Amino acid sequence: MNPAAYESTFFLALRRMRAPLITLILIYAVSVAGLTLVPGVDAEGHPTRMSLFHAFYFISYTATTIGFGEIPYAFSEAQRLWVIFCIYLSVIGWAYSIGALLALLQDQNFRNAVRLQRFSQAVRHLREPFYLVCGYGETGQLICRALDQLGLRAVVVEIEESRVSQLDLHGHSMDIPALAADARQPEVLKLAGLPHRCCQGVIALTNDDNANLAIAIAVRLLAPALPALCRAQSVETASNMASFGTRHIINPFDKFGRYLTLALHAPAAYHLLEWLTGIPGTVVKPHRDPPRGRWVLCGHGRFGKVMVSMLEQEGIPVTIIDQAPPAEGRERWVRGDAAAAPALRAAGIEQAVGIVACTKDDVDNLSIVVTARELNPELFVVLRQNLQANQALFDAFESDFTVVPSQIIARECLAILTTPLLVPFLDEIKQRGEAWASTLLDQLTQRFGWEAPAVWSVRVNADQAPALAHTLAMSAGVAVPLGNLLLDPHDRSQELECQALYLTRADGSVVMLPHRHTPIQAGDRLLLVGHGVAQGALELTLHNENTCDYVLWGREIPGGWIWEQLARLHACWQGAGGSTSGGGVKPDPGGVG
Amino acid sequence: MNLEKVVFGFFIVLAATLNFGFFIGDLDNPIHHEVYELFAAIVVNLIATVLKFGDRTHIGAIHLSTSLVADLQLIAAALVWGYSLHVTGAGMTPEVTTKVVSLSGGALFANVVSVVILIAETIMQKR
Repeated sequence: MNPAAYESTFFLALRRMRAPLITLILIYAVSVAGLTLVPGVDAEGHPTRMSLFHAFYFISYTATTIGFGEIPYAFSEAQRLWVIFCIYLSVIGWAYSIGALLALLQDQNFRNAVRLQRFSQAVRHLREPFYLVCGYGETGQLICRALDQLGLRAVVVEIEESRVSQLDLHGHSMDIPALAADARQPEVLKLAGLPHRCCQGVIALTNDDNANLAIAIAVRLLAPALPALCRAQSVETASNMASFGTRHIINPFDKFGRYLTLALHAPAAYHLLEWLTGIPGTVVKPHRDPPRGRWVLCGHGRFGKVMVSMLEQEGIPVTIIDQAPPAEGRERWVRGDAAAAPALRAAGIEQAVGIVACTKDDVDNLSIVVTARELNPELFVVLRQNLQANQALFDAFESDFTVVPSQIIARECLAILTTPLLVPFLDEIKQRGEAWASTLLDQLTQRFGWEAPAVWSVRVNADQAPALAHTLAMSAGVAVPLGNLLLDPHDRSQELECQALYLTRADGSVVMLPHRHTPIQAGDRLLLVGHGVAQGALELTLHNENTCDYVLWGREIPGGWIWEQLARLHACWQGAGGSTSGGGVKPDPGGVG
Repeated sequence: MNLEKVVFGFFIVLAATLNFGFFIGDLDNPIHHEVYELFAAIVVNLIATVLKFGDRTHIGAIHLSTSLVADLQLIAAALVWGYSLHVTGAGMTPEVTTKVVSLSGGALFANVVSVVILIAETIMQKR
């Protein structure tokens, strides 16, 4: 059902209350009018008529079954006769009205309309940046959890109601508005905050390529400035998305294929990449490097095809085991059940160095690699895990690589969203030589450990770093070295546990691994890596002018306008007095020179 | 012919006529203003209000608001009447009558607006 229909449900509900309400009004009107017309007697026995006021009072408490007795005088028999009639009439009227109201509240359409209203209100009232996540499957859940940990808001649209109700159970620290609706409908996306000014991006993660494509088109047309991150399982969808300018298309199998080839010819660069893009809080385990030699691949599906072409590009011979007859132009092809030893032997598993188990079935994959390891314990094992639910089984089997598409997509999305500078830096890693990557990896992991670090970007402008931007504007000409900025705001003799990896200038020039003497200028963008604590401390430096001044120059400046003015006067006097010290405002470039 | 339109028009015009019937006469003479007419005007006005529920159009919204204004004015008139007659016991003095009738005059204006909108809506429909 589309949102416009939901909205009209409210009006429909009002319409449906018309009949009960009019019935009530009529019943009251007839009862009250009748009561004033029926003859009665007062205390002295004179004939009298009830006033409209008294009649309304009497009917009000009688109809609501409160019953205060007969006022203002005891009723005549004629009045009692009329009141009997009124009582039954009003009971029928109320029963009908309340019944209609309850039926309305129970109505599924009406409840959906109420839910939709609440959702759109929650989205409209968001006053902080948020991401619109379409699809709350395994990948969506991973992304929402990670966004929550990073302190970023999310809005979820998911087609299956059961998954939406799961959202409440996942215990996010922030409230995530969620709607069970079809994200292919532009109206739904609009309600979910696509045109909202705080919307930072759209992440399309549904397991349906067509739906992701529809979302990508909607974003392109309705909010062209927003980045859209779209999952694409097939090459056709990916190229279709690219044709109208979708900026980030994520194909998990292609991504993994690239990782594996990188791991094959540049293990250190691969480890560095994995460490930098790890989901915060997870430990990245260094594993053995994939060997060169003969490989066996089981399951020539979508993932299998990508892997074969990637491996063959690296010049590695691959033997394929599949139930299907050999694809054209393939020589090394064994037809049979890969989970059984004969097929594996026929594929030459004893002489192979690696195996890729990438069928669609998790149990098949596990049974293949268990059998293969028994035949050849030295095998390098790449294992595809389709469902997060089978995590325990895959943990128990120690494979060299476990390919979990949902995790690959989640990592990629987070890297793109939270640290836009990371992608060019990773490209740079692939360009530089293996020795360079190896040195950098050793240096970084020695300092920060193997746990996935916090990676974040900072832009030196009035929005993201108001204090630093102000300081730079005031001290025109005086260089601010990067090393000074990365000092602990609580004690500037200590360095912060973070390191700058990459710096882009406003004019487009780039500095790889900026040195601590590299000057910072307004408009610079920095990519930093380090501990989460350092991120918070740096945030303080960038936002608080007093802290910024202390960190950069080791100078405590007075807080408050009056003290600032006094300090300025003091500096003027000292300058006028011909002091030889140079005015006392000379920056101290020291610190950790 | 649309039965819904007949009922709708009937109640709006009836609300206005009853209101007018109560209002017409010397402002301070209670004999000219029958309290049952006020009662009937309130009942018919309430029904007219409910009939206007759930109309999504702009004109529907204006209809509803004029009706609500008329209800408010008439109920205020009824309250003044009930208060003077039963709470203070002053009875229908010229002052009280003036108050009640002038309040109903306000409601009459709102009802006239309703009727004008009804006519305008009818004319706009070129059928």
